Amino acid sequence: MSLVAPQVQRDLSTFVRQDTGGVQSLELAIEGMRCAGCMATIENTVMKITGVTMARVNFSSHRLNVEWREGTSSPDAVIAAVAGKGFRAYPFVAKQAETAEANEEKRLLRYLGVAAFAGMNIMLLSVSVWSGNASDINPETRDFFHWLSALIALPAAAYAGQPFFESAIRALKARHVNMDVPITLGILLALGMSVVETLNHGEHAYFDSAVMLIFFLLIGRYLDQAMRHKTRAVAGNLAALKAETAIKFISEKEVREVPIAAIAPGDIVLVRPGERVSVDGKVVSGHSEIDQSLITGETDYVAIAEDAMVYAGTLNVSGTLKVRVLNAATGTLLDEVNQLIERATSTKSQHLLLADRAAQLYAPLVHATALITLIGWIIFGLAWQKALIIAITVLIITCPCALGLAVPAVQVVAAGALFRRSVLLNQGSALERFAEVDTVIFDKTGTLTMPMPELANAADISRPDLELAGRLGLSSRHPLSQAIVGASGATAPLEAEEEPGLGVKATLDGKTLLLGRPSYCKAEAEADAVARQYPDASLMAFRHGERVVVFAIQQVLRPDAVQTVRKLQALGLDIEILSGDREAAVADSACALGIARAMSGLTPADKINRIEALKAQGRKVLMVGDGLNDAPALAAAHVSISPVTAVHLTQAAADAVFLGSRLTPVLAAVTISRRAKHLMVQNLWLAVIYNAIAVPLAIAGYATPLVAALAMSGSSVIVTLNALRAANPRRAS
Amino acid sequence: MNVLVYLLPLALSLGALGLAGFVWSLRSKQFEDLQGAGWRAISDDDLPDAISKDQTNER
Repeated sequence: MSLVAPQVQRDLSTFVRQDTGGVQSLELAIEGMRCAGCMATIENTVMKITGVTMARVNFSSHRLNVEWREGTSSPDAVIAAVAGKGFRAYPFVAKQAETAEANEEKRLLRYLGVAAFAGMNIMLLSVSVWSGNASDINPETRDFFHWLSALIALPAAAYAGQPFFESAIRALKARHVNMDVPITLGILLALGMSVVETLNHGEHAYFDSAVMLIFFLLIGRYLDQAMRHKTRAVAGNLAALKAETAIKFISEKEVREVPIAAIAPGDIVLVRPGERVSVDGKVVSGHSEIDQSLITGETDYVAIAEDAMVYAGTLNVSGTLKVRVLNAATGTLLDEVNQLIERATSTKSQHLLLADRAAQLYAPLVHATALITLIGWIIFGLAWQKALIIAITVLIITCPCALGLAVPAVQVVAAGALFRRSVLLNQGSALERFAEVDTVIFDKTGTLTMPMPELANAADISRPDLELAGRLGLSSRHPLSQAIVGASGATAPLEAEEEPGLGVKATLDGKTLLLGRPSYCKAEAEADAVARQYPDASLMAFRHGERVVVFAIQQVLRPDAVQTVRKLQALGLDIEILSGDREAAVADSACALGIARAMSGLTPADKINRIEALKAQGRKVLMVGDGLNDAPALAAAHVSISPVTAVHLTQAAADAVFLGSRLTPVLAAVTISRRAKHLMVQNLWLAVIYNAIAVPLAIAGYATPLVAALAMSGSSVIVTLNALRAANPRRAS
Repeated sequence: MNVLVYLLPLALSLGALGLAGFVWSLRSKQFEDLQGAGWRAISDDDLPDAISKDQTNER
């Protein structure tokens, strides 16, 4: 089966950007950059490579940008140099979505700068007018100051207010009301009335209020966008560092290792034993066993031969395969999963966000108050112009500055807190849904258990045997050998030869060492004994002269799974397991974790049915899963989270992704979200209290621009400070 | 009040200068890596002196 030379040449040229003037550039994601000193180390190292003209590390996004003169260097040289300093690097191409987030962030920052400039300068003029009104300003000077304010405020508001105007127009077109509708109305009325007042040589103009409103709200928008961009960048790095490649036949005989991005349907790729299949396709030749646990949750290996379908994410265990690549979303399983996701997403009840609900209550209430004020003052005999000015003042002073910040400020702080606890939110609004959860459904394989199988009977094996077996295992690519290597921590390989499908063999001090199937090591009797103890485990035997050891390798629970499940139960959540795996394996895990309800052998459609049944009972379900078979269930659930080891499609269907080998992030997602929801509601009430004080003043006609300025900034600051408490969930009840 | 004729344009143009500076720094990508820029300011590894010292140490 020696189809390939052991070292396949790698071709990363698809990542290289061709710039003008014969310069080539490359962007890499870097792992392990923890301190500021690493920046200089990496830059200096890369700059020493011949031909490299520029190397610049971005410490915030953990990326490296390299430029070299065409033909003088290569991606491999850069990766090797960086690896020499102990950092893992892999080329990276920014996804469309991430570029869009970055551009939006820049746009908001520019608006924020313009609003800040305009706000400061108008305030300069306004303070002069206010103090002048209290003393001896003459009407001509005041008019001049007002005109000057208008000259700054009108273009600044038209420019920096765009995010609110656009969003309000979108909402109105869709025939519903969001928070941006009253905001836009408030800005427009404040500006309009101020212009009219200035024309009439009036005493009060509200240009500063309009611009300050935009400024405060833009701060909230910008921070929200910055958080979202940061999350996307980290997710992008993680995807790049998975370094998914395939070995592609570039001619009948010749192969080349290329990134997945460079593979097209119809290409033939080679999958060696121990490698993860990185494409969806049909087997052209070869036969093997496939570990499909990432796709179906089934932990038993499946035998495949010619004409069988293989899916990206599965693990090739024993034989070498030649696979013809098919279109991304074809193939029976993928088709089915995609259809289920589509149906689940379309039937998902439109969750009404807290902020939108508040806006829908708030807008009619405030507008009615303004109208009643107008009519009231006219009935009391005030001239209609004056009554109108008072009514508009009511609208300006109620303009939801605090209300607009109440929810986003909490979202930003909570998303940051989750980020530090290894949870990446796909969207901020998921927080509210996490907070409402009352049922948690776990998938078993890869979610409750570690993504890769591990040695289960390490306690029964002597240290020297384990170490020797581990050193021998280094020569094998078989996933079971990898588990033994991982448990032993061995790093020094023995000189061994692999007999494909059987095991590896080496000679040490005159004795023959064997590691492989029990039959290969003539250890059937011992294997039977171990099999009785670990009925679900895959067995691997090791023979050292006369000594025989049998390793039981199986899926083990994540280290903190038991604790996390117990803590989730303590929060009053119902917990279930829905797995595609065999009943015995599922029952074991459920028993160990103390979970009463566990269902096994489920198809993706079964999982959805179970979730729909729970939904019909009024339950809010949090789905935690990683398999392709979980993707539809993740989309159907009220809210969902998946480990970062999950396949692409699954991660895309989930609301959040968690990193690392621990399960605690799931707990953090629930507790921090509950705390955040609590603070959002609190903030909304603070905004209501503010209005309860400010509105009567405005109705009575006492709201001057000075009062408006103090009230708006005061309430915004209070709401923002309150939001900061979301970072600390420990005080959550 | 005649002093306003000078002071007002002066105040506004200073503000505008600040805004122009901000837009320039945004355009020249100085807001791309706020964390890194902060650390670079206090790191002295980027001096040519330090690089050559680093190299001699390695040899």
